[in-house]
Amino acid sequence: MPAPESILRFDGVSVIYDGVRVLDHVSFTLAAGETRVILGAAGAGKTVLLKTALGLISPDEGRVSLFNQEITGLRERQLFAIRAQVGMLFQESALFDSLTIEENVAYPLENQIGVRVDPAEVLPRVEAILKDVELGHTLDKFPNELSGGMRRRVGIARANVTYPKLVFYDSPTAGLDPITANNIMSLVIKQRDQRNTTTVIVSHRLQDGALMANYRFNSQSGKIERQRHTGALDTHTKFMVLQKGRLVFEGSEDELHASPDPYVAKFVLEQAQSA
Amino acid sequence: MSRAPYVSINAETALLEILKAPVSTLQDFCLLAGKALANLFRAPHYWDDVLIQMDRIGVGSLPIICLTGGFSGAVMALQMSKALDTYGASSQVGQIVSITLVAQLGPVLTSLLVAGRNASGIASELGSMKVTEQIDAMRALGTDPVQKLVTPRMFAMTVMLPFLTVIADFVGMLGGWLVALGLIGTTSALYWRGVYDILVFADVLQGLIKPLVNGLVISLVGCYYGMATSGGTQGVGRATTQAVVVSSVWIFVINLFLTQLFVNL
Ligand SMILES: Nc1ncnc2c1ncn2[C@@H]1O[C@H](COP(=O)(O)OP(=O)(O)O)[C@@H](O)[C@H]1O
Ligand SMILES: [Mg+2]
Repeated sequence: MPAPESILRFDGVSVIYDGVRVLDHVSFTLAAGETRVILGAAGAGKTVLLKTALGLISPDEGRVSLFNQEITGLRERQLFAIRAQVGMLFQESALFDSLTIEENVAYPLENQIGVRVDPAEVLPRVEAILKDVELGHTLDKFPNELSGGMRRRVGIARANVTYPKLVFYDSPTAGLDPITANNIMSLVIKQRDQRNTTTVIVSHRLQDGALMANYRFNSQSGKIERQRHTGALDTHTKFMVLQKGRLVFEGSEDELHASPDPYVAKFVLEQAQSA
Repeated sequence: MSRAPYVSINAETALLEILKAPVSTLQDFCLLAGKALANLFRAPHYWDDVLIQMDRIGVGSLPIICLTGGFSGAVMALQMSKALDTYGASSQVGQIVSITLVAQLGPVLTSLLVAGRNASGIASELGSMKVTEQIDAMRALGTDPVQKLVTPRMFAMTVMLPFLTVIADFVGMLGGWLVALGLIGTTSALYWRGVYDILVFADVLQGLIKPLVNGLVISLVGCYYGMATSGGTQGVGRATTQAVVVSSVWIFVINLFLTQLFVNL
């Protein structure tokens, strides 16, 4: 039996494409309120892992539970009710090209099965969250008129507009310059801390994990601040490292830096050098 | 998969291997068609999308359909008048133009044009959505992509193609009429009487059922190849080409079968 507070649970999950194990017996449990940073090189299976967690891909082996409910083998229409409690930012944002920014962000409020919002409340909510991601002026634009960083912000807004309990971010900083990337990360942290959302973030940058672990949004000052270094530094953030579909590490930031696993050590070292 | 390690010399298994890909494609196609049709009777219905698609497919195809129809009718009248003249029957050009257009040429030409224009459009649109994860996003946001994307396109095309065909037929008759009047020298009355008299109910029915079936198939083929796209922008190009080729082949096959059916009626 999964623990009562388990929000997401993978149990020996494998996904096989053309005979290759893209996910290889992955098991982990995510507790409510936790932040989980999943690191891995390109092609490690990070995107597949998130899509499997949402039931967009059904695993070839193993079981996935969301909010203590097993989703493996559920029909698409049964999944809709569960997905209504989850937000997701896709890797390239995956905004709908044919809809304006406003319509994109309003989409889950107006269409998502299991989300009920008073129609009069839709526009204010969309405007508020777009202002939150510093995009209050782009309501009538189309996604192809925005830069990659701006599209990512709209994606963050769309993922959070329903106030989900759990949010997945797929490589939010991929393909962005360092300054834009850090801006995006601060928005992710803000969204997480404003509503204490359980957050799973996937990245190839170790730095993104460090930001998630050590920075907090202060609602009084409205700023992102470095968390004071107390003894029990951030038990809420856990790291995982994915190598070719296998989970080779799970633990805290300190444990990550001290890991004896050669792949993890190499990953950490290379990232530290480039940073 | 488990057969890979040894080479099969058994002709039967070799044949099975060859047939596996097309059979599984057909199976997936039928599955998509079944879902899209079932969604017609299931909420939610995206009528806005249906109207947009009707406009794109119907109104958007009108100029090219008229152009092709008109020239076909004119050319046919021209060519046939020569042949008919040798029997002293050039007054019957109306009949020939009419029956050929309504039963055969109108449905096939219109369907081919719409396949070239819209099966490709649908496949590339849905294909781009697939490779940019918009289809996944749709599912993540609690929308069934078949309901939202496939069913409206299928419905719109199945409804619009018969209308387009009727218009193409009519413009073709006008083209024939201009030639008959101007170059052959029959009278208008004679031409239009011929056009009208030759058509029996079965021909008209045939001329309407063909585009109906074609519309269903073209739209579903476009949607199928779009939704099955993989491999980035290159994949989108591939899907588009396949959608046009496959739907064109189906148009000829369907035409043959339905003609056979009506000939025996
Ligand atoms: N639909 C698919 N069909 C075949 N292989 C896939 C598919 N999706 C992903 N893969 C493969 O799975 C592996 C992991 O992909 P992905 O999760 O996208 O990596 P990343 O960690 O960069 O997000 C890659 O090798 C990729 O080629
Ligand atoms: Mg990825």
